Amino acid sequence: MLDGDPLRVEAGQPLAAALMKAGLSVFRRTPVSGAPRAPFCMMGVCFECLVEIDGVPNQQSCMVEVREGMRVRVQDGARNLEATR
Amino acid sequence: MNISTDPGSGFTHDVIVIGGGPAGMSAAMTAAEYGCKVALLDEQPRPGGQIYRNVTRAPAALRELLGPDYQRGSGLAERLQRSGVECHFDTTVWDVGQDLTVTAQCHGRSTQLRPRQLIAATGAMERPSPIPGWTLPGVLNAGAAQILLKSSGTVPSGATVLVGGGPLLLLVACQLLDAGARVAALVQTTPTSNLLRALPHLGRASLTPSYLAKGAGLLQKLKRAGVPFYRDAREIRIEGESGVSALTFRAGGTCVSIAADAVLLHHGVVPNTQLARLLRLEHRWDDTQLAWQPCVDAWFETSLPGLRIPGDGASIAGALAAEASGALAALGAAAAIGRVDCSTQEREARAWRKLLRKHSRVRRFLDELYRPPEWLVAPPDETIVCRCEEVDAGTIRHMAILGCQGPNQTKFFSRCGMGPCQGRQCAITVSQMLARAHFKSVQEVGSYRIRPPLKPIPLGSIAALASPSVSRSACKEEFE
Ligand SMILES: Cc1cc2nc3c(=O)[nH]c(=O)nc-3n(C[C@H](O)[C@H](O)[C@H](O)COP(=O)(O)OP(=O)(O)OC[C@H]3O[C@@H](n4cnc5c(N)ncnc54)[C@H](O)[C@@H]3O)c2cc1C
Ligand code: FES
Repeated sequence: MLDGDPLRVEAGQPLAAALMKAGLSVFRRTPVSGAPRAPFCMMGVCFECLVEIDGVPNQQSCMVEVREGMRVRVQDGARNLEATR
Repeated sequence: MNISTDPGSGFTHDVIVIGGGPAGMSAAMTAAEYGCKVALLDEQPRPGGQIYRNVTRAPAALRELLGPDYQRGSGLAERLQRSGVECHFDTTVWDVGQDLTVTAQCHGRSTQLRPRQLIAATGAMERPSPIPGWTLPGVLNAGAAQILLKSSGTVPSGATVLVGGGPLLLLVACQLLDAGARVAALVQTTPTSNLLRALPHLGRASLTPSYLAKGAGLLQKLKRAGVPFYRDAREIRIEGESGVSALTFRAGGTCVSIAADAVLLHHGVVPNTQLARLLRLEHRWDDTQLAWQPCVDAWFETSLPGLRIPGDGASIAGALAAEASGALAALGAAAAIGRVDCSTQEREARAWRKLLRKHSRVRRFLDELYRPPEWLVAPPDETIVCRCEEVDAGTIRHMAILGCQGPNQTKFFSRCGMGPCQGRQCAITVSQMLARAHFKSVQEVGSYRIRPPLKPIPLGSIAALASPSVSRSACKEEFE
């Protein structure tokens, strides 16, 4: 589930990869200027990919694998509506 | 699997290894061979580290595409599985104490372990490339694109431009090409003058010719595929509003603009010193690799007794050298706790040292040849340096004029380095920029102080640690 809408993706890949494949192009907006951001390092060192997973905020989606039934919310209202359809 | 603490000594393990890349796997297996009780922790879901990421699970066709250097990881991972090493994946180490107590989180719960010897084989990260527009969605590190390929079989869609320099940039370009990506250009930033710096080291490099042959092969492949090459590119800007649309730069006196959907940056890799900084270890600035390195001895022991850092986390030397240094660190650890005597240790170390020398011979040549351009740490004023807090290069320079001598001061005054990445993406740039501004060495300027947790940890995870009984049961559940 991404922002309440069901999303079917292949399990066993990094969540960030699955979300990008599903068309999510903006993962967060910066608190200072509201600039759009997306995964940059894919190895846990840039923190651009933070999402809320099963109610726990600030999870690095590049370091977590997709599991069945995962509930994901994009943080800071940066959700890209196109991607959730 | 049960974690038990030896009631007499308070230790849970003889040796704990953080990191399951080539250095960590090799260290853990070697320590286990000498009868040590070993645990290996890695935040990834399976062994491999960066080079062999996902190797135990990647489909055969993908392994084939990634080549024999990647497939070597399968053998290591299989041996690890049979080695008797206790492996804990999805386990992030977020604190280490001066007494080597390791605090790690697995599935939302934190646990503490205490080894007699700790080997941190935490590897490297890609050097930040602060270029105007590098924060736009659609800009990734080249290694990040490689991770996407290894872990999910995907390549960037649309016109992909690679920018920077180094062997990994060429490798990723070739791998993406093979995987069906549309590589629109390879924009090399390496200054032409580097060749002169590198030439004196060519003789030594050619004593291990496989590396040079591989490099030549990659270049040839890209040429044959008709990928446009640009050399000595500078004044690079990534254009776009909510995502990348183009790349502009100057090369050979002309201005070039290339339409792009994805831009992949790479200026080599540098040791990830986050854990080493947390422990206030002694570091030296290496002016050839342009990176911080924790100081280590011949057995990879750091300035904190009992803590060893082998592999690319100590100094960039590549996967095969990492395997050798991991084994040497393990021999050091086993000897320190009396599992091998000095003469066996020396005898067993000989072959590893020989391998380490063999695979290090090419390094100086590569370091000089692909030394990042000076302008990389002199970005235009409006370039974001700290991605998290959006502090730009102009602000850092202004702080320097106001008298900030070191990165901890600029952090205090501008919040640069205070965001969630804890300075991972700006530390090296800020130190180099301050050094330039004050005509000092980077060594004198220093780097950020790092505090725990190394990664954001939910309060619930930390709370479990407060009560020893909860912590014990958490750890049992987690590691069973
Ligand atoms: C993105 C990337 C791609 C690369 N690709 C290649 C390649 O294709 N070919 C090549 O020759 N070289 C490649 N390299 C260079 C690479 O550094 C070395 O070849 C090799 O992987 C170094 O091995 P290592 O064991 O020292 O570290 P690594 O392989 O980096 O292993 C370090 C391990 O430590 C773990 N770790 C780090 N911090 C923690 C923590 N706090 N808690 C738990 N676990 C932790 C990481 O998850 C990782 O698995 C790449 C480097 C990077 C950064
Ligand atoms: S993409 Fe950099 S931390 Fe996840």
